[in-house]
Parts: sequence; C-alpha cells; structure tokens
Amino acid sequence: MSDPVSRRKLITGGLAIGAGAAGLTVAARLASRYGLIPPDSGGIWGLGETLTYATQRVLMSRHSLAREFNHSEISKVVPVSGEPPQTEPFERLLAGGFRDWRLKVDGMVARPSTFSLDELKRFPSSSQITHQACEEGWSFIAEWTGVQLSTVLNFVGVSPQAQFVVVYPFDESWDSLDLADAFHPQTFLAYGLNGQELPTRHGAPLRLRVARQLGYKSVKYLSRITVTDSLKNIGKGLGSAAPEAGYSWFAGI
Amino acid sequence: MAGFASTPRLAIQTSDIVDSPRRHSALVRFTHWIFTLSFFGLAVSGFAIILAHPHFYWGETGGIGTPSLFDLPLPTMLGGPSGWGRSLHFQSAWIAVLAGALYFVSGVLTQHFRSQLLPRSTDLSWRSLRASIIDHLRFRRPAEEDSYNILQRLSYLTVVFLVFPLIIVTGFAMSPAITSVIPEFVTIFGGHQTARTLHFFLGDFLLVFLLIHIAMVILAGFSSRMRAMITGRAGSRKEPA
Repeated sequence: MSDPVSRRKLITGGLAIGAGAAGLTVAARLASRYGLIPPDSGGIWGLGETLTYATQRVLMSRHSLAREFNHSEISKVVPVSGEPPQTEPFERLLAGGFRDWRLKVDGMVARPSTFSLDELKRFPSSSQITHQACEEGWSFIAEWTGVQLSTVLNFVGVSPQAQFVVVYPFDESWDSLDLADAFHPQTFLAYGLNGQELPTRHGAPLRLRVARQLGYKSVKYLSRITVTDSLKNIGKGLGSAAPEAGYSWFAGI
Repeated sequence: MAGFASTPRLAIQTSDIVDSPRRHSALVRFTHWIFTLSFFGLAVSGFAIILAHPHFYWGETGGIGTPSLFDLPLPTMLGGPSGWGRSLHFQSAWIAVLAGALYFVSGVLTQHFRSQLLPRSTDLSWRSLRASIIDHLRFRRPAEEDSYNILQRLSYLTVVFLVFPLIIVTGFAMSPAITSVIPEFVTIFGGHQTARTLHFFLGDFLLVFLLIHIAMVILAGFSSRMRAMITGRAGSRKEPA
C-alpha cells in the first residue's frame, strides 16, 4: 500500500520545512542582534518593513551619500505641506522671533545641553542641495543650511549603549533615527533654506533634514532631541508617530 | 504526447486523468500563483498611491504649482494620504520579487527559458511569425500543443526580461536610500519624476498584458488552462474502459 515515492517526498518535505523554520529563527535572532529589525516590525506590514530595512542596512553602505545638485537645479517652487503647530508655546516663540527658543538635548548623553539658535549657528555650518520627495509623490530640490546632527551629538557625547536618536517637535509628529542615519553626514539640523532663514511653514526655527529618507522623516519645528537605547516605551513603541498614522518608520524605501 | 507519457515519478493517482502531458512544472505553478496574489496587491496599492497625487512630471522634480506632464482626472489627495498603499505596495513587491527570483533561478537551471521561452529557430521566420499573428487575429483556437507558440514566447520574454527589470529599477529610482548607493538607477532615466512616470506606464503595460493574458486563457479553453496551471496537467480524458 505504501508508496515509497510519496514517503520519500514526505520526509524530504518535512526536513525542508524544519530546516526552513530553523533558518528563519536563526535569521531573526541575528537580525535582532545586529539592529536589523525596525521598531514597527509587528502587524500585517511587518514582513515588508523588516525586509526593506534589514536589506538596506545589510547591503548598503551606512555612509552612502544622497545625490547633490547644482544651484541652477534648485526648484523655483518649494512646495510645503502641513500647518505650523497651533500650540501656545510655539505661537509665543514664533511671535518673539524664536529668541527664547531652545533646543534641549538629553537622554543617554554625557553632557545634557540646551542650545539657542545662535549657539547652534556657532557650530560649523554646512549646506547641501538635495532632492526631497514626499511620500505622496511630489518632489523638489532645495539648498538646506545647518549643522550636522553628528556635530551636536558628538558635542553632547553619545553613550556607547545608545541605539536611537528621538526628535520631538512642537506638534505630535515625533520621530526617531537609528545611529546610521543620525550620524550620517547629510543628516542636518537645518535653520536655512535656499540662502534664507528657514520659513515658518518649512519648520522654523529648526528642522531635521534626512537626505536618504522621504520628506516626512525630516521633522519640522524641533524642540527636543533624546538619545536612547530603546524605543519600546516611547509613544506606542513603534519608533515614531508615523506608524501610528499608517506610515513606515523607515522611510528610505 | 507520447514523449510526455507519465513516468512513475510524475504519476497522478487518479484513474480518469491519464497520459496528458505536464504543461507546467510545480515551481512554475507555485510562483505563478504567488505572483498573481502579489500582482493584485501591487495593482491595488499602486492605484492607492496614485490617488494621493494623480499628477505626473518629467525630469527630476514636480509638484503642485509646477507644470505637469499630464494629470489623471482625479482629485488630489482623494482618500487622504496613502500610508497603507505604500506598505501594501512594498510587501507585495517583496513577495513578487522573491517569487520572481525563484522563478528566474529555476528557469535558468532547468533550462525552462531556453527550451520553453526562447523562440525556436524555425519559428523566427517572417512566414511563421505572420501565420501565428493571423491565427491569433482570427481567434483560431490553437492546436493542443505541448509548448508555447511564437507570440507567447516573445511576449513572455518581453515581460520577464524587459518589463519586470525595468519596473523594478524605476521603483528603485524613487528610493532616496537606494539611489544614494546606486545613483545610476535614477540618472539613467533622467530624474526622479521621469522614473515615477515610467513606473506608472510600465504598471499600465502589465495591466494590459494581464487582460490579454486572461482573454487568451479564456479563448484557449479556460478550464483546461486553469487546470494546467493548478494541477500541472490540462488533460481530463477518460481512460478507455
């Protein structure tokens, strides 16, 4: 009665499934140890999010540079989306020309600090002309001026145990970066746009600029930066406000 | 057909399906249906992404307030932002690409591409090409062949080796992270928005291909073709009593 062929198939199939499951478990362990699992890896989109993030971090250089452009290629129209925060503290600071605005940097750092806009401008400034695409589909090229986030992070001294840099704006759109992007040379704290002070709707007085990710990662209206080793207890533990609204935490796509 | 007479390894354990040639290998069938599922996800989510900004541009940049190449007759931001659309698009793309990679590697190793898709030299004459085109235009039902005809071979080759790679690369061209490593993915097309527009047209091409593919399956005999792609065999001839 027994068919030797199907029994052999059954055994091979069983072994293959077992080996596959073991392989996946080992892969998941390794991925977790090397920081390849994004904070929004749960849920129905977790498979895609994890594959995209892990693949990009494994296969790509951490220091690859987004394309930079010439002055002549700067877009004449600089589109903008969203309104400035409607909160009392922000409106008061805006009315005062941001003279009383301070950036607070704390968490797992050796020297928690606060910076006025002038103090940030005293750090070596640099400019980049890069392309920014919104996840909706539109895009523009602009020149951003500011201080590299790595300069500020090195100034406050990031703990060796740190894993993420969390940024809080005056509204709800908080976000976070892994250290690869936080220390990336094109990750800026920008206070200038196209040679002028950063306009209010573009995120005044200070916004993040993450050249290798979609626009929504470049958080506007910054007020605080926190260095941490875990995102689990921040918000819903998904790494930023974006996944709570249906977007990916990692916007390198 | 005699040449395909079932060997013991391929035997199907039902008495009424005999002797019909195996049209599709298990791997082709498996990847076909996985791909079908992910293509559906890609099409639905692709449309959801377009709904957020149904305007298309040429060159590097484009947005509201700049001249567009063309606009779909849809309101901007209909249905709000497309967060879920993007997540579904990427998840489906990953499954499609993994299934495609499996199909590609096995197609090379088993010589499936060489024997089943590469046109036979005898088929490449204008005469036989014309005959095949006329047969198709007259909706003449093809003879029960055990392999693809010349038009099938050419269209599958185009889709597998030209359209799929192009739609993947134009997708990569829109990734700020990927183009930081390989800028050529976007520069060969002349810019981010050009790549986005081409990605849209390539997707449309695949949708048209799908419609023709389904039409041909129906014309060629829907149930036998479906059976072939599910069980591997088209035949259902009763065994002579």
